[in-house]
Amino acid sequence: MKLTKLSPKILTLLALALLVIIAPMFFPSSFYYRIGALIFINGLAVIGLVILVGYAGQISLGHAGFVGIGAYSCALAPEHLGISPVLAVFLGAFLSGLLAWLVGRPILRLRGHYLAVATLGFGILIYMVLSNEAQWTGGPDGMAVQATGLKALLKSMGFKVSASEMWYWIAAVVMMIGALIALNLHTSPTGRALRSLHDSEVAAGTVGVNVANYKLSAFVISAIYTSVSGSELALMNRFISPDVAGFLHSVELLTMTVLGGAATVFGAVIGAAILTSLPQVLTVLHDFEHIVLGLIMMLVMIFMREGLVPSLAKILRRRPK
Amino acid sequence: MSELLQFFFSGITVGAIYSLVALGFIIIYNSSGVVNFAQGEFVMLGGMSTVFLFNAGVPLAIAAVAAILITCLVGIALNKLAIEPAKGASVVTLIIITIGASIFIRGMAQLVFDKQFHRFPSFSGDDPFLIGGATILPQGVWMIAGAIAVFIGLFVFFTYSLTGKAVLATSNNKLAARLVGISTNMMMTLSFGLSAAIGALAGVLVTPITLTSYDVGIALALKGFAAAILGGMGSPFGALVGGILVGLIEAMTAGYISSEYKDAASFIVILAVLFVMPNGIFGRSTIDRV
Repeated sequence: MKLTKLSPKILTLLALALLVIIAPMFFPSSFYYRIGALIFINGLAVIGLVILVGYAGQISLGHAGFVGIGAYSCALAPEHLGISPVLAVFLGAFLSGLLAWLVGRPILRLRGHYLAVATLGFGILIYMVLSNEAQWTGGPDGMAVQATGLKALLKSMGFKVSASEMWYWIAAVVMMIGALIALNLHTSPTGRALRSLHDSEVAAGTVGVNVANYKLSAFVISAIYTSVSGSELALMNRFISPDVAGFLHSVELLTMTVLGGAATVFGAVIGAAILTSLPQVLTVLHDFEHIVLGLIMMLVMIFMREGLVPSLAKILRRRPK
Repeated sequence: MSELLQFFFSGITVGAIYSLVALGFIIIYNSSGVVNFAQGEFVMLGGMSTVFLFNAGVPLAIAAVAAILITCLVGIALNKLAIEPAKGASVVTLIIITIGASIFIRGMAQLVFDKQFHRFPSFSGDDPFLIGGATILPQGVWMIAGAIAVFIGLFVFFTYSLTGKAVLATSNNKLAARLVGISTNMMMTLSFGLSAAIGALAGVLVTPITLTSYDVGIALALKGFAAAILGGMGSPFGALVGGILVGLIEAMTAGYISSEYKDAASFIVILAVLFVMPNGIFGRSTIDRV
C-alpha cells in the first residue's frame, strides 16, 4: 500500500481534513453543525493537552482555568476596552500564556499527584474569581458576549450561512492549524526534547535537555491552545458562565486526551469527538447518563490503556495480511 | 476572643471530616499508589445508606453500621473490578479510572436513592455546648472524636498488628512483600475496604449537620485530597493535621476575610506550601532510582 509510505504527519492531517469535509454530508440539521463545531473547539484544547500530557508527560487538572481566561477575555475586553471580540482572542491567549509562564515554573517542579493537586488548586482559583467577582463577570449566572460581526460581514459579501455552519468551518480551520503546529512540533528538536522528558527527566537532563525550560514551554503552549478554544466557545455561544473553568471541565478535557490516545493528535480529536457527542446521545437514556459515561471511562482505560486510537491501530497491525 | 474561638471550633469540626477523607485517601495510596477520586462517593454512600435504612424503620445505630458495611463492599468491588484489572497503568490512567468510578457511583446513587437532600437526627441532640463564649454542637464533638479515634486505630493497626505491617510492606515494595509470603492482592482489597469504611463513617458523622445528597462526594474528595497532599501524601499523622488545617484555614478566611473565598484560601495555602515544600509538610522527600 502506498498510503503507508506517507509520513504519519501528512496522514493525520489528511484524515482530519477528510473528516471535516465529509461529516457535513451526513448532517440532517444545522444542530449537527453546532455539535461538530463543539467537537473541533474541544479538539483544539485537547491537542494542547496532548503537547503537555502526551509529549512532555506532565498532568494538569486545572486546564479549564485557561478556557475560562480565553472565554472571559472575549466577553470582557470588547465591553471595557472597546477592542473587537476577534482581537480579544489574541489578548486572551496572551494573558493565558503569561499566567502559565508565571505560575508554571514553581508548579512544574512538582511531580505526579503533587502536580495534580497544584494544577487543580490553580484551576479552582480561576473558577472562584470568575464566579465571585459578579460586578465584572455576572457571577455564577454568566454573561452575554458581543457578536463578532463575522456573520454580518459574510452576508455583506453575499454569503448566507447560518451561525452554526459558520462556526463549524471556523472551528475546523483553527483546529487544523493547531494540529499542524502540534504535528510539526512532534518531530522538531523541541518536540524530541519534550518526549525525552516523558521517558525520564533525569536521563533527559543528563544529555543536556533543560528540563525546567522545556516543561514550562509545553505548559505555556498548551495554555494558549486551551485559551483559544475558550474564546471560540464564548464567541460561538454568545454567552459564557464560570462552569467552563470548573474542575469537571478540566477532568473532561483530560479524559478526552487520554481516551483517544494521549500521545497522538488524531487520538485527541477522536477523544474530543466521542466525549462531546456522547452526552447528546445519552440524553436518550435520561437517568442512566452518568452510569454509562462512568462505565465507558473505566472500560476504555482498563482495557485500552494507551487510548482508543493507538490500541485499535495495534490490533489492526497485528492482523495477518 | 470568643469570635476567634468560635471560628476555631467550626474549623476543627469541618476539619475532622476532611481528616477522615484524607485518611481514606492515604490508606489506598499507601497500599496501591492509587489516588482514589471516588473517595468522596464513599462518604456520600455512608450518609445516604444510613438515611434510607433509618427512614425504613431501622434503628439509627444499626442503620449506620449497615451503611458502613455496604460501603465497605462497594470499596472492595471497586478494587476487584476496576483497580486490579488495571495493574501497572500510569498515574493519569488510574486517576481517570477512579474519576470514572466516581461518576458511575454517583449515577447509581441517583437511581437507587434520589436527588433530594436528606438528613437524620444528631446522635446526642442539638443543644450546643457553651465553651468560653463560643458554641460547639454535640455532633461536632462526635465528628472530632471520630477522626481522632480512627487516627489512633490506624496508628495501632499499622504499628503493632502483623496485618498492618503487611500492608505497609506491600506499599513499600510489592515484589519483596510477595517474596516473604504476603498476599499483596489481599492487602489491597483490605485497604480498599478499610478506606471505604472510614469514608462511610465520615458520611454518617457529618450528615446530621451538613445534610447529604447523591452529589456531595466531589467537593469532599477535592478537600480531602488537598488535605492529604498538604500533610504529605502517605503519612496518617499528616492526613489528620492536613485535614484540620484545611478546616481551620477555611473557617478563619470565612470569618475574617470573605466567606466567598473560603474555598480559595485552602488552595492558596496548599500552593504556597508546595512551592516551599514540594513533598508536603510531613512527607518524605522522594529519591529516584535512575
